[in-house]
Amino acid sequence: MNRLQVNLPGLSMKNPVMPASGCFGFGQEYAKLYDLNRLGAICVKAVTIEERRGNPTPRVAETPGGMLNAIGLQNPGLQHVLAHELPWLEQYDVPIIVNIAGNEPEDYREVAKAVSQVKNVSAIELNISCPNVKEGGIAFGTHPDTAARLTELVKAVSQVPVYVKLSPNVTDIVAIAKAVEQAGADGLSMINTLLGMRIDVKSSLPVLANRTGGLSGAAIKPVAVRMIYEVRQHVDIPIIGMGGIFEVDDILELMMAGASAVAVGTANFIDPFACPKLIDQLEARMDELGIATLSDIIGRSVSICSQTR
Amino acid sequence: MIVENMQVVAQEEIAPSIFRLRLSGDCAGEMKIPGQFVHVQVEQGINPTLRRPLSICDVDVENRELTLIYRVEGKGTKRLTEKRPGDAVNVFGPLGKGFPAEVLKEKQTAVLIGGGVGIPPLYYLAKQLVNRDVNVMTILGFRTAADVFLEKEFTALGETVITTEDGTKGLKGYVTDAFRQLPENAYDLFYTCGPKPMLQAVETAALSPGYISLEERMGCGIGACLACVCDLTVPDSQSGKKYRKICSDGPVFRAGEVMI
Repeated sequence: MNRLQVNLPGLSMKNPVMPASGCFGFGQEYAKLYDLNRLGAICVKAVTIEERRGNPTPRVAETPGGMLNAIGLQNPGLQHVLAHELPWLEQYDVPIIVNIAGNEPEDYREVAKAVSQVKNVSAIELNISCPNVKEGGIAFGTHPDTAARLTELVKAVSQVPVYVKLSPNVTDIVAIAKAVEQAGADGLSMINTLLGMRIDVKSSLPVLANRTGGLSGAAIKPVAVRMIYEVRQHVDIPIIGMGGIFEVDDILELMMAGASAVAVGTANFIDPFACPKLIDQLEARMDELGIATLSDIIGRSVSICSQTR
Repeated sequence: MIVENMQVVAQEEIAPSIFRLRLSGDCAGEMKIPGQFVHVQVEQGINPTLRRPLSICDVDVENRELTLIYRVEGKGTKRLTEKRPGDAVNVFGPLGKGFPAEVLKEKQTAVLIGGGVGIPPLYYLAKQLVNRDVNVMTILGFRTAADVFLEKEFTALGETVITTEDGTKGLKGYVTDAFRQLPENAYDLFYTCGPKPMLQAVETAALSPGYISLEERMGCGIGACLACVCDLTVPDSQSGKKYRKICSDGPVFRAGEVMI
């Protein structure tokens, strides 16, 4: 039996680790470094109908224990992804999740419909939480009704399960999670980056050309754990957890809070072999902690706390 | 491209805030193209979080030794100056596409134009050009006499002109003032690396084709995260793409290929 196996709607994963959307392109760069078949799944960069040029540079800035990014959903557009990036991924026997974004609800619908018909696409990640674009993105993810309507729209056309990627830049993430669950979401992805900003004291100007950007990295992990833990108590659909995973214990922490699988983002930039290394280290750490199978620990902290309350 | 803990052989400050770091390790054996860079992790752990892209200044491929010359810009590079012989420095590389040395034939002439901390990658290029029997002329620009570095090394490879903004050494002015004085036919190709305004001025003043090396804040260093893109002057006729990634399509581009 594979102790690392986790199963989520549309995703049979031999281990719980996938690269996070936006941190891994469409896989071609990291494929030069290791066999992508080692991954539990691959979540590719956000796809929009039209090609996006993204924001001006600088697009990244470092912060203590993390980084800000404001890439701005740069991608080659739906038709290019359908013709090139997704067919290239057919050589891998790994579930593929496609992150989709748009300006208008209709954009999401069109991309979801097209992408979900591609034979090697296992699921869609609905990006309603990008903090770095003026239209769309986070605008759909900060109000429960708006998020629910978009989820319904996409669910109506998608041939594959839909995971809604939630923003932490909200007062009540549970309300959004409940709303999209009721609207038919098959799962949740959380958390996207936290909106932040840095200023260069020599010039008094923001470091990022976009002025603000999304904070990721180890610094945001406690926020991810807390939000996953809160949402797990109120919704039943599975959660893909992300936010500051750098070590094996970070994976276990997010899973104990309620995640059924995890995504690794910023860590790929520091160690390009971060994903396969974490996968390799999982079993030894499970032995040390007396964990038989990973699926045993999903939401364990939530159940323990609810019993002792 | 591999990830490796390289060992510090030596480190010294060769000009104010400019450090030369010599590292030993297997990945140096792969560094055969000038103009590529390495992505350096200053400390294990998460602080600082990101790697630092540093250009390759020189490589002794046989003895597996890499030389980097960098300027202290912030906390990360400050920490790097504290590394002593025997310490480990985690290096990911070599990365990117470098300067094509092979486009020049024997007896042709290359002019290399470098400004400040853009100078180091031109050194490995100059050595390879000289090995190919290409004549190398170098113009190096600094703010003031005290900032000058690598003068002796470049002079050993060919005619070298120093410019300083305050005139305390060599020609007073910018590298482009010296570059513009070169007559037509004095050179067949130029290679340049330095601050953006300098690159723009060099591109405008050039009387030959050439290659420029760009710098940008980077994330992954291998073309996945799209942190360091720049616009193409004309969209790619085959792919229709309108941009290039500095880390993986560059950092070296044909002059005129991308917007500086």
